[in-house]
Amino acid sequence: MPRTRGSRAAPSRGPHPVAGRATILLCAALTAALVAAITASVSLGTVTLPARDVWHVIARHVIGDTAGLDPLHDQIVWDLRLPRVLVAAVVGAGLSVIGVGLQALVRNPLADPYMLGVTPGASFGAVLVMASGSAALHGLGVTGGAFAAALLTTVAVFLLAQRSGRLADTRLILSGVAVGYLAVAATSFVQLQTNPNQLAGIMFWVMGSLAGAEWSDLRIPTTALALGVTWLLAQGRALNALMIGDDAAAGLGIDVHRLRRRLLVVTSLMTATVVVVAGGLGFVGLVIPHIARLVVGAEHRRVLPTAMLTGATFLVLVDLASRTVDRPNELPVGIFTAGIGVPVLLWLLQRNRRREGS
Amino acid sequence: MRLEFAGTSVDIASTRIVSDVSLRIAPGEVVGLVGPNGSGKSTLLRSAYRVLRPSAGAALIDGEDVWGLSAREAARRRAIVTQHTALDAAFSVHEVVAMGRTPRKGLLDRDTDHDHRVVERALDDVHMRWAARRSFTTLSGGEQQRVLIARALAQEAGLLILDEPTNHLDVRAQFEVLDLLRRLGLTTLTALHDLDHAVSYCDRVAVMAQGRLVAVGAPTDVLTPDLVHDVFGVRAVLDTHPITGRPRIAVASAGHDPATTSRDDEHL
Repeated sequence: MPRTRGSRAAPSRGPHPVAGRATILLCAALTAALVAAITASVSLGTVTLPARDVWHVIARHVIGDTAGLDPLHDQIVWDLRLPRVLVAAVVGAGLSVIGVGLQALVRNPLADPYMLGVTPGASFGAVLVMASGSAALHGLGVTGGAFAAALLTTVAVFLLAQRSGRLADTRLILSGVAVGYLAVAATSFVQLQTNPNQLAGIMFWVMGSLAGAEWSDLRIPTTALALGVTWLLAQGRALNALMIGDDAAAGLGIDVHRLRRRLLVVTSLMTATVVVVAGGLGFVGLVIPHIARLVVGAEHRRVLPTAMLTGATFLVLVDLASRTVDRPNELPVGIFTAGIGVPVLLWLLQRNRRREGS
Repeated sequence: MRLEFAGTSVDIASTRIVSDVSLRIAPGEVVGLVGPNGSGKSTLLRSAYRVLRPSAGAALIDGEDVWGLSAREAARRRAIVTQHTALDAAFSVHEVVAMGRTPRKGLLDRDTDHDHRVVERALDDVHMRWAARRSFTTLSGGEQQRVLIARALAQEAGLLILDEPTNHLDVRAQFEVLDLLRRLGLTTLTALHDLDHAVSYCDRVAVMAQGRLVAVGAPTDVLTPDLVHDVFGVRAVLDTHPITGRPRIAVASAGHDPATTSRDDEHL
């Protein structure tokens, strides 16, 4: 009986544009795209350098022999642009991976670090330290304030959401949104107390920016990203199971509440390290996971690498656009994340709807 | 695999939902769990899912308390098909069934050829191999249910627990699922809504009412007109199905007596 139905509509292709093993090819292509985007982003700017010179400077630094390099090229490539471009890549990758983790954590496609209150919390911490002056808070630096506030926000969200250690997805969302709004309100209040020349600094924490990124900004978020992605990949099957409901996941041997607690800790720590270098950069963590899922499906062991590479490439290109479109002025990167990300998302949604024939 | 509830009581928010249920399910047996809405069927099952911890007694698999086993170890012994599937993510059918391998894989283990074969065999068992590359969400309700049973089969557990697997399915799909459960030969405990399914498909039937187990035994011994009236508040007749020759049960509203109905009509 069902055999006869076999001929019905068995499509030769899977439900997603890229299925199964082809994901490896996709990731290879995305890696190539990332390298190309990084090269372009380092070479283009107020002074444009050919790609060959860019790689020459990088190669010399890597082998530790910088003698005889053109000091201007060296400065532009190694001191100014490359750290910023790499920070963009790490931040883009980090936010995307965090988005994947959080969306599984609350089983809701709208989740991102913003919605769970972590980003607004971090912004509040930074702005508070700026306004009150570092000394007032026992020498806590601005980044330290942001980091501490991100973790405190997470603890608050967790305490509000949990019931004897059990984390239900809807309560997590509501607690995150509530704490986030509170942090935004508090930030606005503190902002009114600051003097106008601090406004630029505050805008960084509220809107996010990659300007002025340095080599020293790279170490901590990169380490966090590497550890976080490794852990999430190891949890890939469990994350899949989390998508099918608490009871069914328990049936597959997942300790749902323990997994949620750990996911919350890992994503919050990752978010804190990213926010500290890039401020309150929104949207990437929300939209890139969707783009990745539209291309490779919902299987987390494929979504994670795809989202990571896509996010890195995306933010490198967005950052390039933000500083080259209106040279020599730099436009807020947030304008471009939405301006480029939304059309891509809508196009993919449209395309998938047509494939499903509905 | 053997499942046993030993004096199991379950409280939710300090309210006793299941009281002192003792029930043994022998290897290879298919036992139907029936009872009105709110009688505690799902709650009893959830204590064996390792979701709700019994406040007294225990749910035992092969003599071991499921709460004494790790979540993973429990999932190697028993598979679950839940009532509500909140699966709207874009998983292919193959991926959904492959989730059943979760309790048998280490953290960084890749899917092996063996896993692939297990998944395909499970899909064959439920006659859904043709849909392996389809998106799960595009299947009909009956097809989805069969895929979820295939996922349970991919766990290679000897014990299968299902919560009203025929809900929301059309008649043909209901029979497909029930025939499948019989054919599998696994130790099976399934909550059932339809008394006729319990009578015609189960080796034994357990009846719950208000959190207690009120009767257990062969379907035709247990689901007597008196018991059905007392527990479900409906009238019932047991006879033999004219097509299958198996026992069947016909039920009617307790108030639905042609004589009474016509009298009521006169009042209107």
